[in-house]
Amino acid sequence: MNARYLPYLLILPVTLFLCLFFLYPFILVAQQAFSVDGGWSLKNFEDVIGYWKFPISFQNTMLLAAAVVPVQLALALLMATMVNRMKKGRDLILYVWTIPLGISDLAAGIIWLAIFEQSGFLNSMMQAVGAIDRPTNFLSYQNPGIVFLAIALAEIWRATAIMLVILVAGIGLIPKEYYEAAEVFGASPWKRFTRVTLPLLRPSLQTALVLRVILAFEIFAVVAALGGTLFPVLMGETYAYQFDLLNNGAAAAMALIILAISIAFTLIIMRALRVPKGATI
Amino acid sequence: MAVIEIKNVAKRFGEYQALHDINLTIADQEFMVLLGASGCGKSTLLRIIAGLETATEGEVWIGGKRIDHLPPKDRGIAMVFQNYAVFPHLTVFENIGFGLRMQKLPNDEVTRRVERTAGLMHIDQLLKRYSGELSGGQRQRVAVARALAMEPDVILMDEPLSNLDALLRMEMRAELKGVLAESNTTAIYVTHDQVEAMSMADRISVMHEGRIVQAASPIDVYRDPAERFVAGFIGNPPMNFLDATPQGAGQFLVAGQSFAGPSANKPLEFAIRPEDMTLSETGLTATAKVVEPLGAHLLVTCEVEGKLFRAVLDSDLRVSMGDTLTLAPMQDRIRWFDPDTQIAVK
Ligand SMILES: Nc1ncnc2c1ncn2[C@@H]1O[C@H](COP(=O)(O)OP(=O)(O)O)[C@@H](O)[C@H]1O
Ligand SMILES: [Mg+2]
Repeated sequence: MNARYLPYLLILPVTLFLCLFFLYPFILVAQQAFSVDGGWSLKNFEDVIGYWKFPISFQNTMLLAAAVVPVQLALALLMATMVNRMKKGRDLILYVWTIPLGISDLAAGIIWLAIFEQSGFLNSMMQAVGAIDRPTNFLSYQNPGIVFLAIALAEIWRATAIMLVILVAGIGLIPKEYYEAAEVFGASPWKRFTRVTLPLLRPSLQTALVLRVILAFEIFAVVAALGGTLFPVLMGETYAYQFDLLNNGAAAAMALIILAISIAFTLIIMRALRVPKGATI
Repeated sequence: MAVIEIKNVAKRFGEYQALHDINLTIADQEFMVLLGASGCGKSTLLRIIAGLETATEGEVWIGGKRIDHLPPKDRGIAMVFQNYAVFPHLTVFENIGFGLRMQKLPNDEVTRRVERTAGLMHIDQLLKRYSGELSGGQRQRVAVARALAMEPDVILMDEPLSNLDALLRMEMRAELKGVLAESNTTAIYVTHDQVEAMSMADRISVMHEGRIVQAASPIDVYRDPAERFVAGFIGNPPMNFLDATPQGAGQFLVAGQSFAGPSANKPLEFAIRPEDMTLSETGLTATAKVVEPLGAHLLVTCEVEGKLFRAVLDSDLRVSMGDTLTLAPMQDRIRWFDPDTQIAVK
C-alpha cells in the first residue's frame, strides 16, 4: 500500500459519512431556500427579511450575544486562571463548575423560570424580606429588561463552562517558565495576564469564542422557556416558519441566514485573534 | 556595588529539606558558579536569590540591602532560564526589550539598549524574527541579551548552556564569560558540568545534598578538595582513594608503601589524582585492567589492593592489560581525608 494515499484512505469513511448526512441535507436545505414553486428565486429571503419580526429577532439575537459572550469570556478566563493556580481540589471544582454543561438548554430555561416566575424563588424571597408586598410577574411584557436579564443570566449560567473547559486546557499548556521570566523582568500579575497568558492563549480563545458565538446565534430553548413570544430570536422564528406556518422554504432561508452570520463572525474572530506570521504558539 | 550575601538560608518543601543553612558571600563583579549533581539544590538556591522561591529561613542581601522580602523586579537582578523562556509570541526585539517595556522606558531608550545588547550577543540580524524561527543557540543568545538589556547588578543563570550541543556549548562558554566580564555584573551561574564550572568561574561553590561543601577558586577546589565528596566529584576521572594506616611520626602505610602524611595518629584515607603519578621503580603496585589510549594521554584503570585505581600516563608508554605497574605518587599532590568526618586533614 502506497503510504502517500493511506491517510486519505483512512479518512474516507468519515468523509463519506459527512457527505451523506451533512453535505447532502445541507444542499437540500439550500435548494429549498432558493426555490419557489420549483423555480430558482430569492423570494424566500425577501419574505423572511421583509417580515416585521425579522429586524427585532435579529436585533434581539445580536444584543443577547453581545451581552452574554463577553461576560462569559471574562468569567471563563477568571475561572480558568483560578483553577490553574489550584493545587488541591482542582478536579472537584472543575466538575462542579461544569455541571450546567450536562443540563439541556430547555431544562436550564425551566430551572431559571422556576426562579423568576410569579410563584418562583425570587418572588418568595423578596416577599420574605419585605421588598415587595405581593408576587409580581417579572417575566411579562411590562418588564422587557427583566426578561432580557433572565435570559442572559440563564445563558451565562448554562454555557460558560464550555468556554471554561477549553480555556483551562489551553492555560495548562503554557509553560510555567514564561510566567517566571515575566515576573523576573518586572511584569505585575495583571501584565503577566495580558502580556503572557492572553497572547499565548490565542488558539484556545479562538476555539472557545467561535464555538460560543455560534451557539449564541442558535439560542432557542432558553428563550422559549423564559421569554416565550415576548422576546423573538432568529432561531425561534425559524422554528415558527417550519412548524407553525409550515413554510419549509422560509425556514430554510432563515437557517441559511443564521449560517451566514455564524460564518461571518467565525472569520472575524479568527482574524482578530490570529497569531502573527512566524510566531509559534 | 553588588555584593551578594546569603545568610543561614534553609529551604524545606514539606518534609523534604532541600537546602541546609547556606552561608555564602559573593564579591562585587565576581563570577560564582554553583556546581553539583542534579537535585542537590542549586536551582532552589538560585530561585531564592531571584525571588521565585521563598526561603524557609535565612536572609539574602544584595548591595548591602536585605532583599529577600522584595519581589523579583525590585532586587536588581536579571535571569537566564534553562529552557530560555523566550516568549514565542514576541519578536526577538520585543523579547530583549520586555523588561525595559515593563519599566516603561521611553521608546528610543528601549531601542538603544536592545540594539546594543543584540550587538553584544551577535543577534542584531534577528531582531524581527520570532522565537520559533531561531535555533537553540540563537534562542540562548536572546535569553542572555534580554538579561543584559536590564543592566542588572546581578545576573542569575540556571544551566543556560545545558540544552546546547557540545560544540556550541564550548563556544558559548567563552563568549558568555567575555560578555559578562565586560558588563561589570555579579554573576551566579548554576551548572552540573564541572568543565563549564572550572573554565568559567572566578570561584566555585560545590553543592552536595543541599549544602555548600566548598567555595573556592577552581584550582583550589581541584587541588585541595575540602571534603572527600569534592575529591570524588571534581576531575574526570576523579581522585583515587586508598586506606592508610598510621605508623606514628606522621608516617602512613598505604598498599604496602610508606608515605609521609599529617601528624594525626589514626587511620586516614590517602587520595591522589590520576595524573599526579609516574611510572617508577618504587611506588604502589597496580595491575592494569583496562587501557584506554586517549591520544593526549593514556588512561589506565588498575587495581591496587583490590580497589579501583586510575592513572593518567604519558601516551608514549606501552601498557597492556594484565601488566603490573609501579606507580609513584608525587608527594606534594597527596591529600588525606578523615574517614569519619570526610573532611580533609592537613
Ligand atoms: N517546588 C518543589 N516542591 C517540592 N520539591 C522540590 C521543589 N523544587 C525542588 N524540589 C526538590 O528539591 C531538590 C533540589 O531541587 P533543585 O534545586 O531543582 O536541584 P538542582 O537544580 O540542583 O538539580 C530536589 O530533590 C527537588 O525534587
Ligand atoms: Mg536545576
